[in-house]
Amino acid sequence: MESISVLMTCPPVHPYLVEALEKRFTLHKLDSVPDKPQFLSSHRDSIRAVVGNAAAGADAELIDQLPKLEIVSSYSVGLDKIDLAKCKEKGIRVTNTPDVLTDDVADLALGLMLAVLRRLCESDRYVRSGLWKKGDYKLTTKFSGKTVGIIGLGRIGMAIAQRAEAFSCPISYFSRSQKPGINYKYHPSVVDLAANCDILVVACALTPETRHIINREVIDALGPKGVLINIGRGPHVDEAELVSALVEGRLGGAGLDVFQDEPNVPEELFKLENVVLLPHVGSGTVETRQAMADLVVGNLEAHFLNKPLLTPVV
Amino acid sequence: MTCSSVQVQPYLLEALEEKFTLHKLDTTTEPDKAARFLRSHRDSIRAVVGTAFVGADAELIDQLPNLEIVSSYSVGVDKIDLAKCKEKGIRVTNCPDVSTDDVADLALGLMLAVSRRLCPIDRYVRSGLWSKLGDYELTTKFSGKTVGIIGPGNIGMAIAKRAEAFGCPISYFSRSKKPACINYNYCPTVVDLAANCDILVVACALTPDTRHIINRDVIDALGPEGVLINIGRGPHVDEAELVSALLEGRLGGAGLDVFQDEPNVPEELFKLDNVVLMPHVGSATVEARKAMADLVVGNLEAHFLNKPLLTPVV
Repeated sequence: MESISVLMTCPPVHPYLVEALEKRFTLHKLDSVPDKPQFLSSHRDSIRAVVGNAAAGADAELIDQLPKLEIVSSYSVGLDKIDLAKCKEKGIRVTNTPDVLTDDVADLALGLMLAVLRRLCESDRYVRSGLWKKGDYKLTTKFSGKTVGIIGLGRIGMAIAQRAEAFSCPISYFSRSQKPGINYKYHPSVVDLAANCDILVVACALTPETRHIINREVIDALGPKGVLINIGRGPHVDEAELVSALVEGRLGGAGLDVFQDEPNVPEELFKLENVVLLPHVGSGTVETRQAMADLVVGNLEAHFLNKPLLTPVV
Repeated sequence: MTCSSVQVQPYLLEALEEKFTLHKLDTTTEPDKAARFLRSHRDSIRAVVGTAFVGADAELIDQLPNLEIVSSYSVGVDKIDLAKCKEKGIRVTNCPDVSTDDVADLALGLMLAVSRRLCPIDRYVRSGLWSKLGDYELTTKFSGKTVGIIGPGNIGMAIAKRAEAFGCPISYFSRSKKPACINYNYCPTVVDLAANCDILVVACALTPDTRHIINRDVIDALGPEGVLINIGRGPHVDEAELVSALLEGRLGGAGLDVFQDEPNVPEELFKLDNVVLMPHVGSATVEARKAMADLVVGNLEAHFLNKPLLTPVV
């Protein structure tokens, strides 16, 4: 399979993945190509697979430039950077990395909830700056028992709910339709969910319908004591509205792992003690990234050996 | 009141001032003034309110011949000479249960914060390094790690319940096997527990027997991938051994809410990314402190009205 050309459209950040791909295929890293259009036109007939991630995948324009493209294997569970309709139309297979990262993302969501409510990062800074010698840190807010509202009760949403339940948090959710056999309280709209929970978590996929699902109205409903946790995608949130709500105190706090324009984060948030800011690390553990890499490579191998794909989406 | 009134919330001070003649005695920062005061008021003081930091030691008890009750604004009673109180018929009350959830929440928060490096990563974003240097390095998965609990009392069991929701197998050490822990793995010694878990949590009471329960042997057994979480008392840990183990990489990480000599924290820890340092905030939420204050006042009222104490220890 060494002669098969694979194009990595995302930055080659994970050595394990890059090595595994280079061992099996001829890997081209688009990130390090100085003249991308020239590269694509000279390699248009050889590239048969694309590897992308949460930052870059395969949009319509790229797909059109790769007439021999057979499969897009994403090093992510999110598919918002891949033009799925176009892939379907052209018979291009698409795979992602579901399940293996569910625990890590859910863990991070809980970590963010605890960190925001109990001001973990601020308190750690307080100690390291020597301020504890001058006096105790102020009181924070109890996490256990707070109502957690989840947008999107898929694998990740359910894993978050399961964890939050152990902290006696009542669980509510919004989803396109009510899920049968679920004991959690269903709300027919996101605004309704926001008005009736203390901590609102974005855990749904990013699609054209869910863009800015967190807007001014939702933020107002969540209110000055409410906390927003985003472990979905930056575009789920109207970031300008979020920033002004936080700066003006109209929203109680936020734990954010994703942003509109990563790696750029609105600097007005840097001085706020009621936010926790993470650089898209939801699945960023050694264990999980290895499992994700194994799935990417496994799916490509299966495809080129005419075997059933491991985790196909299209 | 023997503790610094700065440490105690206005809600408690007001409640006490409303019902009693409250004398605020700072025995730690103003010992001479405190000594003079005690001499002149020795016969009138019938109750003492203490905290986790300062309570009623033998010396104080000897100076107050009409002392009837010590009501501690804490669950830990290690700062009270219980034997002397028993001997003199002095009642002692504390604040069990009402802060259990908060302390357990903090333990989980520390586990997540250490495993996923939440505090250094938040700092990384706030200092603009995400856009300058790229992604943060990979961290370690928390879900599924074995959690070892020293002292499966109310707090220990609350921690176990939460950790179980993250798929963490639970082990424990206690002076004897507990029937309630039938699903958990009993380890007959702390070294044994440390050798067989990934994250070791100190959740027992501080007594002469449990001082330095975390010593060099235990730290070695926990090892370079192990994490220590201390939400008990500073003296549970041989702090000098802990600091050198962390600096030398012989221990994987630590989440510490308590220290040998609060509010002083060993400054060598300040540059480490694998530790999270909290200023003794286990029960420091608005909700818990209000409930604790109500218990302190309620116990005093019950005593002086000859009713059964709410939460007696002695």
